[in-house]
Amino acid sequence: MLDKNGIAQRIAQEVRDRWYVNLGIGIPTLVANYIPDGMDVEFQSENGILGMGPFPMDGDEDADLINAGKQTITAMPGAVYFDSATSFAMIRGQHVQLTVLGAMEVAQNGDIANWKIPGKMVKGMGGAMDLVASAENIIVAMMHTNRAGDSKLLKACSLPLTGVGCVKRVVTNLAVLDIQGGAFHLVERAPGVSVDEIIAATDGTLVVPDDVPEMQIS
Amino acid sequence: MAISKVVKGSAEACKGVQSGMTLMLGGFGLCGIPECSIAELVRMEVKDLTCISNNAGVDDFGLGLLLQKRQIRKMISSYVGENDEFERQMLNGDLEVDLIPQGSLAERCRAGGAGIPAFYTPAGFGTEVANGKEVRDFNGKPHVLESALTADVAFVKAWKGDKAGNLIFKATARNFNPMMAMAGKITIAEVEELLPEGALNPNEIHTPGIFVQRIFQGENYDKRIEQRTVRPRQIESNG
Repeated sequence: MLDKNGIAQRIAQEVRDRWYVNLGIGIPTLVANYIPDGMDVEFQSENGILGMGPFPMDGDEDADLINAGKQTITAMPGAVYFDSATSFAMIRGQHVQLTVLGAMEVAQNGDIANWKIPGKMVKGMGGAMDLVASAENIIVAMMHTNRAGDSKLLKACSLPLTGVGCVKRVVTNLAVLDIQGGAFHLVERAPGVSVDEIIAATDGTLVVPDDVPEMQIS
Repeated sequence: MAISKVVKGSAEACKGVQSGMTLMLGGFGLCGIPECSIAELVRMEVKDLTCISNNAGVDDFGLGLLLQKRQIRKMISSYVGENDEFERQMLNGDLEVDLIPQGSLAERCRAGGAGIPAFYTPAGFGTEVANGKEVRDFNGKPHVLESALTADVAFVKAWKGDKAGNLIFKATARNFNPMMAMAGKITIAEVEELLPEGALNPNEIHTPGIFVQRIFQGENYDKRIEQRTVRPRQIESNG
């Protein structure tokens, strides 16, 4: 079974040289820590930076330089700042090759819910609806089940949707799954996790091939 | 000679702001917010405001200061977490909240300032934000019709500005400020450094002064950090 860093490490293997990548808040942010040396990747944060770098050294933080999670960050050489309309032009205009974000629920048709739980405080969708409506390549990073132990990979989302039919791949603490033709397809197992465990933790339709390789995580 | 937009301070800048108005306020989280103007609005005790702003500040800073005094009737935002007072007023029904996708919020402000009454976007299709809105297919994909936003007064914060109202923003403090500057019937800019005419390089100006009606030198910027995230400094070894 993977921890949050393990999920991020596996997702980092999906990133290709010369891609622009938008990472959401939480597990997705950790993906930046696992990009191989020598790969040219630029991280976009929708509040207005391309070429986002790591957190600043203690004492170097700048209130005017944050990411979309409002965390203090640094800018890499060659970075650029821009306004919010330009930022979402990059996103809606499909100039960003990969979006990684978290979710509360994913459905077997690719629907995603990650912004609202009825009856609880609503914090808002931020940029998530723009991101999922436009990106060609969306990977969801999340735990396979919620705190109550219920599956987050469902036949249909029960929570208010963020986007419809948009998720292509999900990486959880248990597995890598693709969404195709209205079903989850098991692609890889996390180290030490059996196919039966994944079947038990998946509520939606799951297609299991004869051979399910274990993830290669160094 | 450039047309001068300079006013003395926040009190003169905010003259004419009245209860019931629709305001835009730039910033993302607490980054790039018009601190001095917000403080002035608190002093003026204007009420029943509709505030268009990506976020709603925190309990004791940013728009949280107006919420504390119950000066806001309605918020139009994309994300409003991190504020307990906001939550109380929203759950009590004292505060109306319109949540819209961040990219749609930015584009609706830009459109409002650019004379585009509405536009189609893929964001929000199939979700509750598309309820009651026209949906139309373009290139085989459904899009939602979103209308432009304007404001009686837009408040923006810049790093440097000049007498003509030309503005340069710093780093990610730019965010919503340029679009909101365009969308205000009156736009009030506060700047960290107010410079004389000709001091800014025309090649490097982000917001042209035509979008700004009043500009003033801000003071005592707090510039609070919402999430301080740092790496420990490596200890230099002499070996």
